[in-house]
Amino acid sequence: MPETGVHQDIHQEVQDDVHDVGREADGLANRRFEKVNEILEKYECDRAALISILQEVQDEYRYLPKEILTYVATALGLPPAKVYGVATFYAQFSLEPQGKYVIRACDGTACHVRGSQPVLRAICNKLKLKDGERTTRDLMFTVETVSCLGACGLAPVVMINDKIYGQMTPEKVTKVLDDIIKAERRRGEVQ
Amino acid sequence: MIASRTELDRMKEDYLQVLGRAKMRVLVCAGTGCVANGSLEVYREIKRLAQERGVLVDVDFAKEGGALSERAGGGTDSRQVGATVTRSGCHGFCEMGPLVRIEPGGLLYVKVRPEDAGEIVDRTLCKGEVVERLVYHHPGTDEVFKTESSIPFYRRQKRLALARCGRIDPEDIKDYIAHDGYQAIAKVLAGMTPEEVVNEILGSGLRGRGGAGFPTGKKWEFTRLAQGDKKYVVCNGDEGDPGAFMDRSVMEGDPHRVLEGMMIAGYAVGAQEGYIYVRAEYPLAVRRLKKAIADAREWGILGKNILGSGFSFDIKIKEGAGAFVCGEETALLASLEGKRGMPRPKPPFPAVSGLWGRPTVINNVETLANVPGIILNGKDWFRGFGTEGSPGTKTFALTGQVVNTGLIEVPMGCTLREVIFDIGGGIRGGKRFKAAQIGGPSGGCLTEEHLDLPLDFDSLARVGAMVGSGGIVVMDEDTCIVEVARFFMHFTQNESCGKCVPCREGTKRMLEILEKIVAGEATREDVDLLEEIAWAVKDGSLCGLGKTAPNPVLTTLRYFRDEYMAHVVDRRCPARVCQAFKEFYIDETCKGCGKCARQCPAGAISGEIRKRHSINTQLCVRCGACVIACPFGAVKEG
Amino acid sequence: MINGKKIIVDGQAVPLDGEENLLEVIRKAGINLPTFCYHSELSVYGACRMCLVEVEGGGLVAACSTPPRDGMVIRTNTERVRRLRRIIIELLLANHNRDCTTCEKSGACKLQDLAMQLGVREVRLGQRDVRLPVDKSSPAVVRDPNKCILCGDCVRMCEEVQGIGVLDFAFRGSRVVVTPAFNKNMAEVDCVNCGQCAAVCPTGALVVKSEVDEAWKAIHDPKKTVIAQIAPAVRVAVGEAFGMPPGEIATGKIVAALRRIGFDKVFDTCFAADLTVMEETAEFTERLAKGERLPQFTSCCPAWVKFAEQYYPGLVPNISTCRSPQQMFGSVAKKFYARSLGIKPEDLFVISVMPCTAKKFEARRPEFNTGGVRDVDLVLTTQEVTRMIKESGISFEELEVDSFDAPFGFASGAGIIFGVTGGVAEAVLRAAYEKLTGKALSDVNFVEVRGMKSLKEATVEAGGREIRLAVVNGLGAARDLLDKIMRGEASYDLVEVMACPGGCVGGGGQPVPNTREAREKRGRGLYAADKLVQLRKSQDNPVVTSLYGKWLDEPNGKEAHKALHTAYSSRRRISGEDIELTGQPGAGPGAGTAEDGRCDGRVSKVDVAVCVGTSCYLRGAYNVLQNLIDEVGRAGLSDRVNLHATFCFERCDKGPSVSVNGRVITGVTPDKAGWVVENFIRPQAAGSQSSPSSSSSVDSAMRR
Repeated sequence: MPETGVHQDIHQEVQDDVHDVGREADGLANRRFEKVNEILEKYECDRAALISILQEVQDEYRYLPKEILTYVATALGLPPAKVYGVATFYAQFSLEPQGKYVIRACDGTACHVRGSQPVLRAICNKLKLKDGERTTRDLMFTVETVSCLGACGLAPVVMINDKIYGQMTPEKVTKVLDDIIKAERRRGEVQ
Repeated sequence: MIASRTELDRMKEDYLQVLGRAKMRVLVCAGTGCVANGSLEVYREIKRLAQERGVLVDVDFAKEGGALSERAGGGTDSRQVGATVTRSGCHGFCEMGPLVRIEPGGLLYVKVRPEDAGEIVDRTLCKGEVVERLVYHHPGTDEVFKTESSIPFYRRQKRLALARCGRIDPEDIKDYIAHDGYQAIAKVLAGMTPEEVVNEILGSGLRGRGGAGFPTGKKWEFTRLAQGDKKYVVCNGDEGDPGAFMDRSVMEGDPHRVLEGMMIAGYAVGAQEGYIYVRAEYPLAVRRLKKAIADAREWGILGKNILGSGFSFDIKIKEGAGAFVCGEETALLASLEGKRGMPRPKPPFPAVSGLWGRPTVINNVETLANVPGIILNGKDWFRGFGTEGSPGTKTFALTGQVVNTGLIEVPMGCTLREVIFDIGGGIRGGKRFKAAQIGGPSGGCLTEEHLDLPLDFDSLARVGAMVGSGGIVVMDEDTCIVEVARFFMHFTQNESCGKCVPCREGTKRMLEILEKIVAGEATREDVDLLEEIAWAVKDGSLCGLGKTAPNPVLTTLRYFRDEYMAHVVDRRCPARVCQAFKEFYIDETCKGCGKCARQCPAGAISGEIRKRHSINTQLCVRCGACVIACPFGAVKEG
Repeated sequence: MINGKKIIVDGQAVPLDGEENLLEVIRKAGINLPTFCYHSELSVYGACRMCLVEVEGGGLVAACSTPPRDGMVIRTNTERVRRLRRIIIELLLANHNRDCTTCEKSGACKLQDLAMQLGVREVRLGQRDVRLPVDKSSPAVVRDPNKCILCGDCVRMCEEVQGIGVLDFAFRGSRVVVTPAFNKNMAEVDCVNCGQCAAVCPTGALVVKSEVDEAWKAIHDPKKTVIAQIAPAVRVAVGEAFGMPPGEIATGKIVAALRRIGFDKVFDTCFAADLTVMEETAEFTERLAKGERLPQFTSCCPAWVKFAEQYYPGLVPNISTCRSPQQMFGSVAKKFYARSLGIKPEDLFVISVMPCTAKKFEARRPEFNTGGVRDVDLVLTTQEVTRMIKESGISFEELEVDSFDAPFGFASGAGIIFGVTGGVAEAVLRAAYEKLTGKALSDVNFVEVRGMKSLKEATVEAGGREIRLAVVNGLGAARDLLDKIMRGEASYDLVEVMACPGGCVGGGGQPVPNTREAREKRGRGLYAADKLVQLRKSQDNPVVTSLYGKWLDEPNGKEAHKALHTAYSSRRRISGEDIELTGQPGAGPGAGTAEDGRCDGRVSKVDVAVCVGTSCYLRGAYNVLQNLIDEVGRAGLSDRVNLHATFCFERCDKGPSVSVNGRVITGVTPDKAGWVVENFIRPQAAGSQSSPSSSSSVDSAMRR
């Protein structure tokens, strides 16, 4: 696979996030809360839109804080237990803070038979994540396994945020992570 | 705005004319697979260089009134010179991506890198020559195939649902219109009654491509006859089967076709609203569908009074949030309503009481993609493909240890052998074929004896497998079948919604037993218990997920019982995959340095210094630390 | 045969009579098809799969969710379904904490029953691998998720019948649990303690919290005089555990049993109910005359009262200020009876025997005390008292009947029917009619308000005016009614609310199975008891009259008010953290601004919290928040203020509410944001070294 593609992607990825970081630095939590209200307004506090609302709230906070879920429940007139039930049902939602980079290692059939497990192990080793840990301490990376990303032709696949990296090997994925970490370091994000 | 059928036709002619002014058309695959391999850079490079060399024909089709405007790059005369460069949907041959197709003629370049762009532009676009090194070379025979249709991977295929996938720009509604797009809905609106539409689909014998193969026409008929102040059409794009990506390819590669299928369904059943439920893991599909909907609305193809017919229809997209079970129709409806995606008992069927209690027809993406073709060409045309009981074609996602992975579409009834060996090019690395898992975690494992089994709904059901959504994972002799069964069980167990007892508790216990088997801790009784629970889960579960979850276990028990027995009786893994049965030994190349002994956490290695060491297999925990520790490669597995 | 349609069940023809599903037909045919998740009053869930049957030509179907079709041929006991049922039980048992011998539910557990019935004698699978904490926080119920079989009965009961939704499913697959929001304890959420979840739970996952040990302790304490009061609904249900049919009156037997157990006196809550009628009628006629705070809502049901405090703060003033009969009894006992015995209130131990779990909560409400001593020391449900009787070895069936002690053992029929839906309204009508008309009531039976329907309406003419009544049971139905009242679509003078289906006879602490039939029979038992007594009206009860003469003066008078009335306030629904908007995270109101100042030597910030709980939210709290942010900015105080959104200061009726350094300001409409900044935030910011004012102080922007 062309290495240049990877570099290009990372470059773009980091650039995408500069905006994000900037927003956080001077960002008052208030702005996010304001955004939550905008989201609720956009969906007219429609209960049927709960999942879409949670998706957008998660985009904003990178996870679903409990107190925001309570607020959403209040606004939609739903019992908080119902909102909690929905938030814990879908794999996409996280009630714990997630890393800036969410790594989804595909362990679908095609990836599995083409060696996704060693790739996953390499990721965890690289990020020093022990059994059961999903997010690095510096909140930079969260690692998940997913059942299929639908890019089976490129198995094994890893998706980092919205980008797909195909035909991974332990070496290649380590390199991808190294590049991200380096880029982040340059941005002064990682001490 | 396109206000009538005549306008649609004129638009088609106009746009074809524009396309016709360029001599060539370059289609760079922008499916997920090729994008991940860098096809967008290839696209940009070709476009940039074509512009530079003055051979780029940039077409722009003004939206209003069908007036034409065009600019030919570099001042060149635009008549039958130059080329248009377009990003297209998935061509299917993901293994060989990034793919570049050049029309007319269907020349196909594989594994194209951005640095190849110059050569493509200079030689192919400017001079009409073929760049030999970029065309497909058969890995076995090294035979050269210049055109797409000549490549064995494509030769055996018959593309109906995927007909436009890879041939048009999925983000351009005009391209779709130019290629007969929205002609089917125009035909329907111009002179067919809803009943006639339903009868056409019923007569075509089209069966649901999402799993069980229920006749689509019947679903439509039930919904059409159901009473309701409102009705809905739902497109099930929650393709969750690991190893399946045909729906993704259709949504990404030909999104308007899905919309058109939904509109026809809407007209037939009397619905004015449609929802597409797409997995959240498919961001590109979501983006393209959103664009398609926005464009169709802008052009008046979606919305009120479509093509001046009085028929109104609109479509919304809902993104899933990561739950395989939402592929089950009642769970999908719950999810659409903003609830936990838990299935409910049927009856009532969605056709009677679906979304918000209203009659709802739910069809899979591929099913809907077949609809426009049937309407345009007639039911008999469709029946001309496939078998009596399963007419038409079926897309399969071919993955695993097969030479050519990718997306294929073949007539129903085509054999597994043709798929794996003719299209798939056989097993990687010259290994032996062992099994194929069809239909993902709901399907079954087929073996060599099934190679000549026709792939259709009924034949597969007879051997305990199912078409499912159409994933085919090919396994070679190095695959442990018990481990594969464990893998699928792990998946379904993880994806069970947890509502009904057999699925929630049963799959958990099945997984537990399978884990015991691969860990070398199980007995014969465990295998019997596994089978007993498997049947209970199959018989007792509430929804399709649970009812089919035991299929991989039941089929592997049926066709590979020996392998299970090897694990529990002989305590060995015939494929040498299961860690627990691995035996480590130290061969004569050992220099006696003692590094392995120091690394061994179990104290299983002993030996005098400078003499060959040995491993006590009773103590060995099979962690493999010694293999890594040995500087001479003297520790072997076997 | 009604319509000539029939199905064949195991070879036997069974006529169809409009049954909605096969299960009802099969059970009608005398085959007790097992289920965990089917309840005729709840929606069909179809999850336990125990009711699978084989349909000829149709394979296996779940009987609960399959509509019967004429001519269906059903087999309920084939090899295939029998094996399936057994394996389902085995799977459930494997994942179940099987400490059956010591389980609260032992003997009444459906899982245990079916395992026995289906002959499951072995569990070939491993033990449950997780141990989740048992939630004992609630005064009413104990939740043990390790015993939950996830049938969802409690979830649907709480949501569909009670209209609350405290419990719901969370997570998925084998990790599914039924839990309150965010895995909180029951006591931290909006549970009203009705106990209906425990009443439908087939296993020991939700059980009534047992306080039997405390009861024994008090009984065996020589210093304590232990008295009992027995609620009306108990007498028609307690016999069920001893083989008597529901509804059979066992008043004499339970009195005898309690005496044998060691209670010093045994009294009747129906007497206190008569007292309640006197008070509530006086209050009602007064409101009626003044035309204020109507409709008057009854206040006997503590689950309803908590429900109203949480969800309808605007209607709280309409609730009768009368304490419930239980608390009137407790108050009278501690204030007057103890004095008459010459003992201190703390040495008189009052135990209520109730059909109700919410009474356990009510007895703990801080307002119900006499000189710091709880008025009701302990509440035992029918289930718990049954256990005590069994533990004592008393053969209940053979007990000689006994009668209540004097003086609080004498009750009218009006007091007796308090235990069934419609009873309170009817009892009040019997008194109010005479009070309004000055005439004796000849026919005391107001049949319009009787029966198990969730909503009953009636209009009664008295004294030249019409009294419009509504009687509702089940909080879900109550919610619908209240919403109608709030929207102005319905209007009444008196509304009786009982939280449990059927009223107290269907209470969460009653014997299981607590089915519709059982509730109906118990209710009929109470009406029968009403007919049997000589006095039918509370105002005719001589003990009540003498109580007023001796101690209480007159109904709704000053003395009576002190002893027999109370006040309500709005109540937050869920505990939880605030939403931080500016400033450092974690510096919520609990963190304290003064402390912040001291810690790092910086000037402390003013802590401003805006309530975004439901009531305040609906009154525009978000706009208040926005305006506050803007006004704080305009005042140049942005870096001096810690702003957060919080959930509920329990001033829901007067919202939107804002707190500034702990001081709550109510009625802050969006336009008053500037006023709050100038009058509260700026002074605090100027003198922020001073400690925050007491959190109990409340200001109202409305007074301006």
